[in-house]
Parts: sequence; structure tokens; C-alpha cells
Amino acid sequence: MTHIFGTPILTLLCFLPLIGTLAIVIFTRKDEEKKIKNIALWFSVAAFLISLLILPRFRTDTAEMQFVERAEWIPAIGAEYLLGIDGISILLILLTTLLTVIAVLSSSTAITDRLKEYYGSLLLLETGMLGVFMALDFVLFYVFWEVMLVPMYFLIGIWGGPNRLYAAIKFFLYTLFGSVLMLLGILALYFLNADPAFGSGEHTFNMITLFNVQLPFHFQCWIFAAFFIGFAIKVPVFPFHTWLPDAHVEAPTAGSVILAGVLLKMGTYGFIRVCLPMLPQASEFFAPFVAVLAMIGIVYGALVAMAQTDIKKLVAYSSVSHLGFVMLGLFAMNSQGITGGVLQMINHGISTGALFLLVGIIYERRHTRKIQEFGGLAHVMPVYAALFAVTLFSSIGLPGLNGFVGEFLILLGAFQKELWYAAVAVSGIVLGAGYMLWLYQRVMFGTVTHPENKMLKDCSRREVLYMAPLIILMLWIGIYPKPYLRLIESSVMGTIQSLKRPSAGPDLMAMASQTPPETAALI
Amino acid sequence: MVALIPLLPALGAAVNGLFGRRYIKENAHWVAVGACGLSFLAAVFTFTSFLREPQSYEVRMFEWIAVDPLRIELAFLVDPLSMLMAMVVTGVGFLIHIYSIGYMHGDGGYHRYFAYLNLFMTAMLLLVLANNYLLMFLGWEGVGLCSYLLIGFWFHKDSAANAAKKAFLVNRIGDAGFILALFLIYGQCKSLVFHDVMSQAHAFSTGLATAIGILLFVGAMGKSAQIPLYVWLPDAMEGPTSVSALIHAATMVTAGVYMVARNSAIYALAPAALNFMASVGAITALFAASIALVQRDIKKVLAYSTVSQLGYMFLSCGVGAYVSGMFHLMTHAFFKGLLFLGSGSVIHALGGEQDMQHMGGLRKHMPITAATFTIATLAIAGIPPLAGFWSKDEILAETFKNGHKLLWGIGALTALMTSFYMFRLLFLTFYGKSRVHHDKEHHLHESPRTITIPLSILAFLSIFGGVLPGFPPERGWIHGFLSPAISSVHHAKEILHGAAEHGAHALSLLDLTLMAVSIGAALMGLAAAWYFYLIRPALPGQWASRLKSIHTLLFNKYWVDEIYLSVFVRPLLKLCNRLWDFDLQGIDGIVNGASRVAVKSAEESGRFDLKFIDGVINDIGKLFDKWHDILRRWQTGFVQNYALVMVIGVLVLATSMFFIPYHF
Repeated sequence: MTHIFGTPILTLLCFLPLIGTLAIVIFTRKDEEKKIKNIALWFSVAAFLISLLILPRFRTDTAEMQFVERAEWIPAIGAEYLLGIDGISILLILLTTLLTVIAVLSSSTAITDRLKEYYGSLLLLETGMLGVFMALDFVLFYVFWEVMLVPMYFLIGIWGGPNRLYAAIKFFLYTLFGSVLMLLGILALYFLNADPAFGSGEHTFNMITLFNVQLPFHFQCWIFAAFFIGFAIKVPVFPFHTWLPDAHVEAPTAGSVILAGVLLKMGTYGFIRVCLPMLPQASEFFAPFVAVLAMIGIVYGALVAMAQTDIKKLVAYSSVSHLGFVMLGLFAMNSQGITGGVLQMINHGISTGALFLLVGIIYERRHTRKIQEFGGLAHVMPVYAALFAVTLFSSIGLPGLNGFVGEFLILLGAFQKELWYAAVAVSGIVLGAGYMLWLYQRVMFGTVTHPENKMLKDCSRREVLYMAPLIILMLWIGIYPKPYLRLIESSVMGTIQSLKRPSAGPDLMAMASQTPPETAALI
Repeated sequence: MVALIPLLPALGAAVNGLFGRRYIKENAHWVAVGACGLSFLAAVFTFTSFLREPQSYEVRMFEWIAVDPLRIELAFLVDPLSMLMAMVVTGVGFLIHIYSIGYMHGDGGYHRYFAYLNLFMTAMLLLVLANNYLLMFLGWEGVGLCSYLLIGFWFHKDSAANAAKKAFLVNRIGDAGFILALFLIYGQCKSLVFHDVMSQAHAFSTGLATAIGILLFVGAMGKSAQIPLYVWLPDAMEGPTSVSALIHAATMVTAGVYMVARNSAIYALAPAALNFMASVGAITALFAASIALVQRDIKKVLAYSTVSQLGYMFLSCGVGAYVSGMFHLMTHAFFKGLLFLGSGSVIHALGGEQDMQHMGGLRKHMPITAATFTIATLAIAGIPPLAGFWSKDEILAETFKNGHKLLWGIGALTALMTSFYMFRLLFLTFYGKSRVHHDKEHHLHESPRTITIPLSILAFLSIFGGVLPGFPPERGWIHGFLSPAISSVHHAKEILHGAAEHGAHALSLLDLTLMAVSIGAALMGLAAAWYFYLIRPALPGQWASRLKSIHTLLFNKYWVDEIYLSVFVRPLLKLCNRLWDFDLQGIDGIVNGASRVAVKSAEESGRFDLKFIDGVINDIGKLFDKWHDILRRWQTGFVQNYALVMVIGVLVLATSMFFIPYHF
């Protein structure tokens, strides 16, 4: 089933924000602030509702792609317009549409300049992100991937902080560097698949076909290396992470929320969508290497976070640590590890997104993010302090909140892969509590020392409104994660199945002609 | 019914947490005490029906975390261990909730306090009622959270905020051990349900059982404040005294003992882990007692006393006497809860004064507090026939009989010290001459009834809690009741020692001798304290100056906090800063360097265009002036140009790798 109420649902969802962008560009004047904000809000809400509409029709008992839409696009090179989702992408899509609504809501007082361009970029960004999670054709995937880059570049470069240009260029170049390597990997897969010895023998960018490509080990390794750098920059995996603190600190609040909440997941999504199923032996081969980098990221990110004096930078480095957990889970390559990794992508989007929103709330009031500028805020902003506390404990993986479920599954998966992985990663949990509680103490506890802080207003109704769904999700996933795990389950099992596929080495090439690749065509 | 026990306080916490600030305010105690009281009734009901039909059973709620083949349910286990704990937790918890009405009256965060307190009850009850390790861990970290929130309740004080953070972090270190143990268990059993694990435990290798045993004990070290992770508990006294009584004396800190007893089947296979536990317990008992001898802050003495008594409980478990450990846990909950509540009553009356040098003679002003406090002191000091005597004597006897003579010696010495510092505290506070500031003297008053009634009930339990379960307790009700839950161990132990049925004999000469030693130690401590603090009150000062070095060492708590700070905390923070420098200069240095190279090469190629190609072109003629302009734009510093150069470079590099190494 691809249509809901007679419309191709994925296409509608994906391009609705783009229509919103066009509507803002065409139908509003610069000074019609209210109209611009309303259009942005209604389009993002509509996208969110549509993504919810998919949910009841989504089948959790299969790893196959669902709601697949297919059309000719560039037949000359075998590129198609091909969309589809599975249990991994649907959660990320829901996260994207939810966070976009929240980002729009959170911007209404923070952004006062060039609203038209701002909200247009935000919605364009949403289309890019949704496209990446839906595209099943590599060319389409790549196009959406690059589409995301541009609005984000502008969000940081125009509405960012004092050092925004440096941060924006750094973000852009880093990511571009990665995506070029990714493109190389895509082309290699494309050409090798055309060889009947390895793949289907046709020139196609169709990912579903390419899931069944069986490459010799050394080819896999080269292609893996190319994809690895592309995705690792995006995650970011240590040592490719230094764009992240700069981009986060300079980006406006909504930009940080989207960046941390969704854009960082592009890398991990890439690993699970491309590397694990298409390059299983190379993934297996490089797994210890990736796991070590992930563990360095966990510990290193936490330690550097502890040294920060800027709240936003602290949260940014904590992301390095948390994404290390996700990577460790994915490359544990067992059901608990991968499930935990996928769930943790969502969890990180929720809790770190919430943290950035909270930082934005006090930044808007005080125009500083320096930790020493605060202290004793719990006296003047009790609601804010409570929201911050729940988010913080979600972030450090307190059982009963969402972070724990993901971290526990990741650690359990890592433990089953290698005992010492879990032992190292557990230290990240201790350190995580360290920097977060220390931050909380310095910002919230003690007496109000700065006179500017004495009159701070507590959270407004709008601020509570956009924090509420995130807090509810933290509790829900923490106490009853079953619906979420069920969504992920089948797709993770499918990924694990594909990991067990044999490779076509030189000695296997002869056999390849006798044993045709596993029946694939899912469409 | 079982589910209601933790659910009711959870509802109370939610109601007060969400609506307390705006709507409920100073009526918060109705919600909280009501929820806790109903929870206590539910526990009583479950307990009595369990007594009628003593058959363990599980109550399943829903699936919590399930990823094939892992399945964790939110489910409760009703067995002797969990029922005893649930009764202690809800019972003492209920009394302390009532006490809090009076104690916290008028505090700005009244509703917040009760929300936290109810949340604590929920977490603690999940901990003790869980049927699997992970749910237990949820409770385990949950009580840690509540402890954090309540220690830091008066967060305007830096000392309170620091203590709260320290408590959580030190506990997290222990929790890391706990969760690793969990992984080892899962790796072996493919299940985390107690029942499954215990039924498979006999198949564990000694090495595995020892590793699990020690890692679990690391968790217990954190929660139950044993060396080297005890440092948070004395600081935790920054919280309201009612919290110290409930969380940091009666219930939460004993969770480690409960957890160890719960895992007796695993420990039975790991004698090395048991010996380790017994040694750590005994050393902690002695170490903490020695610090308590000289402290001046009434709550600090009680805090170190708690650490010391917890050491006893682990000593007991370590020698295989889990029932004695649990028994001491129960009696300790009564008398230590009472001691803290009594000290709270004193602090309340003195308007926040905690230094015993400014107390004395309070008996006249607060007779009920003084009487109940005296009872609790007699109980903890081990004076028969009060509760503490029975449980402590039993622990010492078991230690001796199981062949740990040295540990028994340490335990007996600690008993002597315990008696001394407790009577010192009692005499300094309630007896002798008043040293209270004059302006506070006329404010002195007995506490309101919400405070004195819980004191009286706990005093009753402190007197009879030891004999109530039967006389003598070794063969009393509690042993018969708990043994099934820990039977696997006793069997293993008895087979190990070849000494079955020793419990059935009448009191032997050895038993009586050991008992005499315990009583002797307690009386000696009492007598010494009497002489020092009531007969010759000048003596302690003289002794302190004569033994200055020892006194300084003890008074400063062996400088353990300072040592930790300079050995662990400061180097860690230094490392953090180093790594950040590395991030900025090392990694970013390379990145920025690379970009500088790219920019440079762009400029160079621009210049190359200008000088060389343009030169050639110029030589040919001035026809291509426009070309010149276009090419010059290459060096204007646009990001796209550098990006393009970089992209081309990368493309060339990367494509080449496909052609160089492999040709087919």
C-alpha cells in the first residue's frame, strides 16, 4: 500500500514543507511576520500529522520497504524516483517532523531578522531531511543529502552567533568533503553492481537491488572506507567531530535542535542503511576499529564536555559522547546492539534537542551561555529547573527515562561482542553524570549571584508547550518502550540477516553464476 | 495488591509534583502521607496473606524491555525477603512521612519535599519488590536520584549542592559495577529474572561467580557506603534530618545488604568474594567507628555510625550469615531511624544547631525525645535485651563460629567503640550541664506530636524488635521465615562446613561466652563514656591534646576526602582541560591547517594563472583581457572556490585508489 486517501503519502509528506517554503517566498511580504510564522507553523504541523497518519498503516512484521513509490527519473543512468520506509526510517521521520514543529515554535521570539528566509530555510531543510530518510535510490539520496546542507549553512551563517561565518564554512566544508567521498562509494557500488559476477548486472542506483550486491572482500573494504569517512564526519565520530561544537554554538537554537536532533542521525542512518547491509564483510572487518573510535568518542567527548565553560558547547561535546554509544551499538552487530543504537538515535534527538531548547530559553533572556553567568536559577525559574532536571536525567540514562533503555541495550550488545567494550563504555555513563550534574549545580543551585538573573521570567506557556511533548516522550520511552521497539524490531532482524550473507571473493566468483543471489526484488 | 504498594506513592509524587506548587501547597502532606499510608496498608495486607500461605509468587504487569532473546518485565516478586523489606520500608517510611509534617512545616518547598519523598518510596519499593535485576536496577538508580534531590533539597547552600552531586556520582561508580555484573549474569543465563538465574546459579564456574559477586558488591559499596565508596554518606547529612533518617539510615543504604542477600545463591559459589565482602565490611565498621569517636556534629556521628553498622551487615553476609545481616538491617532501621529523628527533634528545638558542644542537659526540656533517644542508644550499643543486642551478638557469634577469628576481634572492638561514641553523644546532648546559647535556651521546647509519636513507636520497636520475632532470635520466627529465601546458601554452607543442624542445640558454652564478650564490650563503652563525659568532663580535652596526632587524624576523617580530591578529582579535571586543548590545537589545528593549505594553493594557482598563463596570454596579445579578469576572481576568497579545489583534489586522490592496487 503506498497511498493513503488516494495520495502517494511519502511524496506528499516529503514535499509538503517545500511547498511551505514556496508559499512563504511567493505569498508573503517581508513585513508580514505573523503570516510567515503561521504558514511555517501550519505546514510543519501538517507534515507532522501526515507522518502520524502513516503509523497505523505501518506493518511491524516485515523488514521489507513499505509505502514504496516508484517513477522514472533519469533512465539514461538508471536513476529512479524511489521512496520507501522501513522500521528504522519511520521513527527518524517522526522525529524529524516533530522536531521541526518544535523548532518553528521555539523560533518565534528568538528570530527577529529576515523571517522570510529563515522559515523558508527551515522548511526546505525539513524536505531535505525527510528525503534522505525516504530515498531508496542513491542519486535521489545524494540529492536530498546535499539539499540539507544549503539551508543549514544559511541558518548558521546568517542567524548564528558572533563567530558564525567560521562555523558555517567549517560545517559546510567538512560535510562536503564527506559527501564527496560518499559519492565515490555510491559510484563504485553502481559500477560493480553492473558486473553480473557481483550484482544484478544492471546499471541501477536502486538501493533495494544493491542490498543484494555481493562484492569481494577487498572491494568492500575500499568502498566501506569511502562511506565511512562520509558518514563518520556527519555522526560525528572521533576524530572528525571538531565542526560540531562550533556549528552548535554558533547556530540559532532551532538550528542546534535540528542539527543535534536529526542531522547527526544522517551519519548513523547511513551506516545502518548502506554499510551494514551492502558491505557486510567489510563492516565485520572494520567493526573493532569503529568500536574503538566509538569508545574513544564516548570517553573523550565526556571528558572534554567536563572542561567546557559554555553551556551549549558542553551539550555539543556530550553529543559526541552519546553518538559514540550509538556507533558502538550499531557495530556490535547483534540484535540488542543495533536495536539499542537505533532507539538511542531517537532518544538522543529527544533529549539533546530538549537540552538545546532549554539553553535557548535562557540565552534569549540573558544573551549569554557562559556557565559562570548563572547560578541559583532554580529560585527564580522553578518550572525551568524542573524541565531541565528531567531532560538532564534522560540524557545521562537514568532508568525509567528514555536514555536508559537505549544505553542498556547498546551496552548489552557491546558486552556480547566484546566484554571490555561494555566495561569501557560504562565509564562514559559515570562521566556523563559528572559533567551534567556539575553543569546543573553551577547553573541552578546556590544563590543568585548575578543581579541580572534576579528578575528572570520563568518559562512561558509557549515554552512549556513545546517542551511538553519531549518530556512526555522521555517518560513514555523510558517506561513503556515496547511500541518503539516493535517498530524497529523487524528491520533490525533484516539487517542482521543481511550481515550473514556470504561475500563473493575471487574463489566464489565461479559459484556466483551457479547460485543466483538471494531473491531480492521486494517491489 | 502488590502493584499498589509502589504505585500509590508514585501517584502521590505525580500529584504533588504537578500540582503542588500552584494548588496544593501546604496541604501536600495529605496527599503524600495518605499515599504512603495506603501503601503501608497494602503491604500489610500482602504480608499477612503471605504469612497465611507462605508460597512465593510473581505478579506480572507488562513487558518493559524486550529485544529478542532478552525479555524484561515489570513484575513483582513476593517472597520472604521482599516482604520483610517492603514492611520495613513502608512502615518506617510511613512514620517518617508523619514526622515530616511537623519537621518540614513552613518550608518553602513543602510540596516539593513530599513529592520527592513519595518518589523515593516508589523507587525503594520497586527495588525490593522487583522480580528481575533490571527492575531492581531501576529502583536502585531511582533511589539514588531521590537521594540526590533530597540531599540537595536546600540547594541554595553550596554544601548541600556539592553533597548531592557527590552522592550521585559516587553511587554511579558503584552502579557501573552493578550493571557489569548484570551483563555477566545475562551472558551466562540469557535471563535477568531472579528465579531463572538462581535456578541456574549452580552451573556458574567459580571464576564467573566470583566476578559477579565482586561486581555486585561494588554496587553495594556505593549504595551502602562501604570503603572506598562511603565518602558520600557523611556529606549526605546536608539534607533534612527526616531524609537522613529515612534514606540514609533506615532504608536506601541498606539496599546493598538486601541485594547481596538476594544473590546468596551466587555468593555461595564464590568464597573469595564472600571473604572480600566480610573483610571490607569489618574494616569499614572499625574505620567509621573510629571517626565517629571524635566528631562534634551530632549528625556526622550518626552518619559514621551508619557506615559502621552497614559494615556489620556486610560482615554478616560475608561470613554466610545472611539472615543475621537482614535481621540487623531490620533492627538498625528501627533504632537508627529513631536516632536520626531524635537528633532532628533536637536540631529543630535548637533552631538548626548541630554542634554537640552547644548542647547538653536537653533532657529537662524535651523529655520524650530524651527518653526515646536513650532507648535507641541502648539498642545500638548492644545492651540486652534491646533490639540491637540480639542482632549484633548474632553477627559476632556467626563470624566467630565460621572461623573468622580476626574479623570477630575487629567486630568486638567496633562494638566497644560503638557503645562509647553513642553514649558520648547521648551524654553530651541530653545529660550533664547545658552549654546551649542563652538566646536559644528559652526557646527550647519539646517537639509537636507529629514528631513525638513516631519517636515513641520506633522506641517501642527498638526495645522489642529483637525479641519479638522469637526468643532467642537465632531460632526465632525471623530465621524460619527468611531461611527459605536464602536456603540454597545455607545448604551450600552446611555442606561446606559439614556442620548441619547446629542450630537445633541448646545454647552452648561458646554461645554464652561470645554473648558475654558482646555485653562486656557494650558495658565498657558505656562506662568509659560515663566517666569521660559525665564524671570528669574535663578529661576528653586533656586526652585530645595528649593524643593530638591521633585526635587530629580522626577528627579530620583520615583526610580521605582531601586525598580523593587531589588523587582523583583534580587530575581528572586537569586531564579534561588537556584534552580540550588537544581538541582545539591538535585536531582543529590539523583541520584549520588543511584549510589554510587549500586557501594557499588556491591563491598560488591564482598567482600561477596571473603570472604564468596570463604572461603567456599577454605575450600573445592583449586580446584576452576579459579572461584575465575572470581568472583573477579565483583569489577572492570565496568558499566555493576552495571547496571546488578541495573536491577536485579529493576526487583525483580517491579515484586513483581504485586503479592502483587491484586489477582484474
